[in-house]
Amino acid sequence: MEFLKRSYAAVIFAFLYIPIFVLIVFSFNASKSRASWDGFTLRWYADLFDNSAILNALYYTLSIAVLAALLATIIGTLAAFAMYKDMRPWEKKIVMNLTYLPVLNPDIVTGISLMLLFIFMKINLGFLSLLLAHIIFNVPYVILTVLPKLRQFDNNLYEAALDLGASPAYAFRRIVFPEILPGIVTGALFAFTLSIDDFVISFFTTGSGINNLSILIYSMARRGIHPTINALSTLLFLAVLILLLAVNRRVVRDKK
Amino acid sequence: MGRRWLVYPYHTWMLLFTVIPLGLIFFYAFTEPNSTQFTLENIRHAAEPVYLGVLWHSVWLAGLSTLLCFLIGYPMAMILAKSSVKYRNMLVVLIVIPMWMNFLLRTYAWMTLLEKNGPLNAILLHFGLPAIQILYTDYAVMLGMVYNFLPFMILPIYSVLMKMDQSLLEAAEDLGAGTWTSFRRITFPLSLPGVYAGMIMVFMPAVTTFVISRLLGGGQYMLIGNVIEEQFLAIGNWSFGSALSVLMMAIILVSMLFLSRYSKEGNGGGMFF
Repeated sequence: MEFLKRSYAAVIFAFLYIPIFVLIVFSFNASKSRASWDGFTLRWYADLFDNSAILNALYYTLSIAVLAALLATIIGTLAAFAMYKDMRPWEKKIVMNLTYLPVLNPDIVTGISLMLLFIFMKINLGFLSLLLAHIIFNVPYVILTVLPKLRQFDNNLYEAALDLGASPAYAFRRIVFPEILPGIVTGALFAFTLSIDDFVISFFTTGSGINNLSILIYSMARRGIHPTINALSTLLFLAVLILLLAVNRRVVRDKK
Repeated sequence: MGRRWLVYPYHTWMLLFTVIPLGLIFFYAFTEPNSTQFTLENIRHAAEPVYLGVLWHSVWLAGLSTLLCFLIGYPMAMILAKSSVKYRNMLVVLIVIPMWMNFLLRTYAWMTLLEKNGPLNAILLHFGLPAIQILYTDYAVMLGMVYNFLPFMILPIYSVLMKMDQSLLEAAEDLGAGTWTSFRRITFPLSLPGVYAGMIMVFMPAVTTFVISRLLGGGQYMLIGNVIEEQFLAIGNWSFGSALSVLMMAIILVSMLFLSRYSKEGNGGGMFF
């Protein structure tokens, strides 16, 4: 029985990892064909850094992710604070449901609806619309990570600060903020990774010339498969792995 | 109470970026193109047999993939939940890591693997086995769905199994229940909320995907997501695209209500309701 269980787990893990392993191996393959192994090469990695389309996409992906995570974290934290402190129960219920809505909605619907909104508001589809879209879909996730931290927070501390003459802004900055900071940082990292990984919503809300990596990979994979994508995949996988190990350490530390 | 200045900006934010965008989809779905005249023509057009066929095909493939994820994922979740404390967290992290890789790249990896001259066939040929050609078929699309969304099934079931009160199983054993009986009568019913949450988390992205179908199904392959994408980005018929989206949302809503009703009968502890 124990043997059966182990084999089953091994098969599942193989299923999950073989595609990733294959991509990594073929990123070092000298041959363009995937049927033969012609020796080790770093050529595709070198090509990657000469490829202006890929470098541009990398630039847009990172700048959008950093900006969107930052702004979404600010907006989400303030919104969570407002929901926690200043909303009536019935109001909170409606607001919570509306906050959940984009999380539950299929990405394609969110993407289309935002595209329609931007065109309706006469915002040109491009960098700005892409950034806005990313902020919009990140905010609920920040709220949903910050709100539980706020619920753990001892409200008496905040009340005491107000009684002692602190302004609400000052009390927030000096009392509430340091307490909920771990939640905020986790929310920001969450937003950052979601933003880096997003394809569907970006696909609908970007304009010509502004590609992030996901959009570029999609168009490259459709046109024809080139080994530089393998090299790109390997680097991205490593980057995300390192980033998420860092997040994981944070979360573990928060729990202690 | 009292300091409402912090509340209104978020109300405005939600109105502007959640309510109005969705409202626009409904607006386009129920008006004639380029006018504000109310019409049901778009919905009628979207309900034509051709599109209902595509919709049905999408629901069918996503449903089968969800079922497969359940059949494959449930035993895995049980193995994880029963593994020794020493390795458990590491095993869960190992399930999660592939999800951290860009979802397009994972799908693209299967394109590589399944290619006519790809590694899978090279290995099969090496052992003298017949090559398989499933790329650009339903099978490849389902494989892509199961591969991408399997962790979404395993993790919620795992977390429900972990929270389960172990003394119930001990009581069942004391009362003479065998392994199979206690699984059928206790473990499985109590894990249903996790199963329903997993089913929603697999079915939803699977039924709306246009990426997996485009990459693994080939250029002519159509799921409802592809039709919608095409209407918005290639053809530019927003009214019809919106009508299709409304229809798709209705189907998702119905299936979620269906699942949530059962999940309430189970234990009321589903992930979303």
